Amino acid sequence: MSFRIDQLPKKKYVVPGNAACAGCGMMIGLKILGMALGEEAVLTIPASCASVVQGLSPKSGVAMPILNVPFASAAAVATGIAEAYRSLGIKGHAVVWAGDGGTSDIGFATLSGAAERNSNIIYIMYDNEAYMNTGIQRSSSTPLAAWTTTTPMGKRERKKDVALLMAMHGVPYVATASIAYPHDFYRKLKRAAEVQGFKFIHLHTPCPPGWRFDPAKTVEVARLAVETGVWILWEYDHGHFRLNPPSTVYADRAKRRPLVEYLKLQGRFAHVTEEQVKALEEDVEARWRSILALAKAFPQS
Amino acid sequence: MKALATQKTALTGNYAVAYAVKMAKPHVIAAYPITPQTSIVEKLSEFVERGELNARFVNVESEFAAMSVVYGAAMAGARAFTATSSHGLLYMYEATWWTALSRAPVVMTVVTRTIGPPWNIHVEHNDILVLRDTGWLIAMAETVQEVLDLTIQAFRIAETAVLPTAVGLDGFVLSHSTEPVELPPQELVDKFLPPRRPDVPLLLRPGEAVTFGNLSSDNRDHARHKIATVYTAQREAKKIVSQVDEEYGRLTGRRYGGLVEWYKAGDAKNVVVCMGAWCSDAKQAVESLRRRGISIGLMRVRFLRPFPEEEVAKLDQYERVIVYDRDITPLGGVLGTEIKAHLSRAEVVNIVAGIAGVDFDAQNFYETIQKALDGSYGEVEFVV
Ligand SMILES: Cc1ncc(C[n+]2csc(CCOP(=O)(O)OP(=O)(O)O)c2C)c(N)n1
Ligand code: SF4
Repeated sequence: MSFRIDQLPKKKYVVPGNAACAGCGMMIGLKILGMALGEEAVLTIPASCASVVQGLSPKSGVAMPILNVPFASAAAVATGIAEAYRSLGIKGHAVVWAGDGGTSDIGFATLSGAAERNSNIIYIMYDNEAYMNTGIQRSSSTPLAAWTTTTPMGKRERKKDVALLMAMHGVPYVATASIAYPHDFYRKLKRAAEVQGFKFIHLHTPCPPGWRFDPAKTVEVARLAVETGVWILWEYDHGHFRLNPPSTVYADRAKRRPLVEYLKLQGRFAHVTEEQVKALEEDVEARWRSILALAKAFPQS
Repeated sequence: MKALATQKTALTGNYAVAYAVKMAKPHVIAAYPITPQTSIVEKLSEFVERGELNARFVNVESEFAAMSVVYGAAMAGARAFTATSSHGLLYMYEATWWTALSRAPVVMTVVTRTIGPPWNIHVEHNDILVLRDTGWLIAMAETVQEVLDLTIQAFRIAETAVLPTAVGLDGFVLSHSTEPVELPPQELVDKFLPPRRPDVPLLLRPGEAVTFGNLSSDNRDHARHKIATVYTAQREAKKIVSQVDEEYGRLTGRRYGGLVEWYKAGDAKNVVVCMGAWCSDAKQAVESLRRRGISIGLMRVRFLRPFPEEEVAKLDQYERVIVYDRDITPLGGVLGTEIKAHLSRAEVVNIVAGIAGVDFDAQNFYETIQKALDGSYGEVEFVV
């Protein structure tokens, strides 16, 4: 699918008056979601920054129907919406917009349950790599060595790879995306909308206050994550597994930018030692190895 | 019409639930197995698989998910049903509050069972009572026939009151014992139970940018919403429960009394209060005692929520009110505590019995009522 940005829908689904921090990466993601699915999407949002950034009811800074729900319940609530629509003959997409904590930790059982029974929902995990709504505590999606308020010396464990776990459920569609590559995310949303059954998109969304960087640099940080190979764009579509541009070229380690370029922009990595940088580089490499192995093991297209 | 198709059959309490739900034609069912609820969902999935019930049956990974699924479905305009018991209900707890404060008209069966530890699958009422402050309407059936009738009524009540409604039946005592029942004809149920209105509490539809449950710009609005939901709506539900019972009675010939059922209490000096299946045993004991010249009647609580204040207030005219609880709190029993709080004159004896599934039959009622009347019991008495 190809398209031009200037031909994307002009209607705005993220409207002035929302309560997001300056430079919030998640809001860029929401805008693209609006462009791709705006008139078709019914959002389920669990406790998270996303429940705050909508702004205060009765008004809303997001012009899509939204049902806010308990932290762990989103995938199941969206399943209920999807099943109701199916039964009532209503067209539309039950979309979950959930943070990494709501997805990879407390909501993981409902997520895995919905995947296993192939519920017809589009689940988008926006990943700001910590519990931001409650003030920057670690989640299982926080990267190794990153500072959070509950990992004051840096996180000791590696980042849980939720997208891979979802692909291993054997669901119809799983993809990773980044707010620095709106074309890619938009295309993946459109593809998800075509697919019947369970769809999961893992969206990397830098968070200036949580990651301690200048709010003007959100897109730069997101892009560096891809260019250094920390964040890999791939897609698993009905058993076909492939790398997506722009990540494709970074399969070659030599083409990646040095990891420190990504780290040095962010206060959450300010304390890291050389040893920790090495460990992080090894972690990045290990992820690439598994992704490339999977790309080989599964048919490409 | 009734004469045309009323079907007489014999069903367990759990199957009576399943048949009632089938006749209510829900769009979405989600449930997770737990003893003694399991045969309800087994039967319903069978109905759905066989094409006898045109509903979406969602097999979930937990009770928390079951409540979440039916919540989402109800908010999207569907008629939705779930069933659980004991630990399953506790596991749903967060979602049950969300459902009530959203005014999502979900119907849930609670097959009452002891909460562990230690593990115990037998009857007790503590589980369903965790719902008492959430905003859910809570009913308890006495017989298998009433399980069936109450379940059908629950959909009408939930959707009229716009509050989720729980129907309790005693684990094993009702859930697994077979009784003769009358199944109302489907046409009658269709007439009694109009299609669910999808726009209450809101219309969640693609392209219509309504939001629900986000932070409020005004905490006073939020406070008013809460009061309107858990206090005002409960009060309004009282009338609805009575009207629905009346109308159902007109259609089927079975009327239960609305919020409470009075039994031989009109001329009595003393009265027994209880809820659930053991009320039948209590009634038997009341009969025997009356035959021996003891002036006693009974009030059966059918709905604990909405709380039947007006009926409970009438208990003050009796000398002694003997309240039976099959549940225990640090203050005694729930029913005993709540009823005591509404009376000023009558002497209340709260008997906590039958907990953990300990057998408690008509003879036990007979003996303990006598002791309560003798004055040999304290304010709260534990009978094991
Ligand atoms: C059951 C429950 N536990 C804890 C919370 C408190 N809480 C609200 S949001 C949140 C963290 C959300 O983190 P995440 O899902 O990563 O989203 P983010 O805030 O980062 O956008 C927590 C712990 C809650 N609302 N409910
Ligand atoms: S804390 Fe981070 S994720 Fe949350 S609104 Fe602010 S920038 Fe966005």
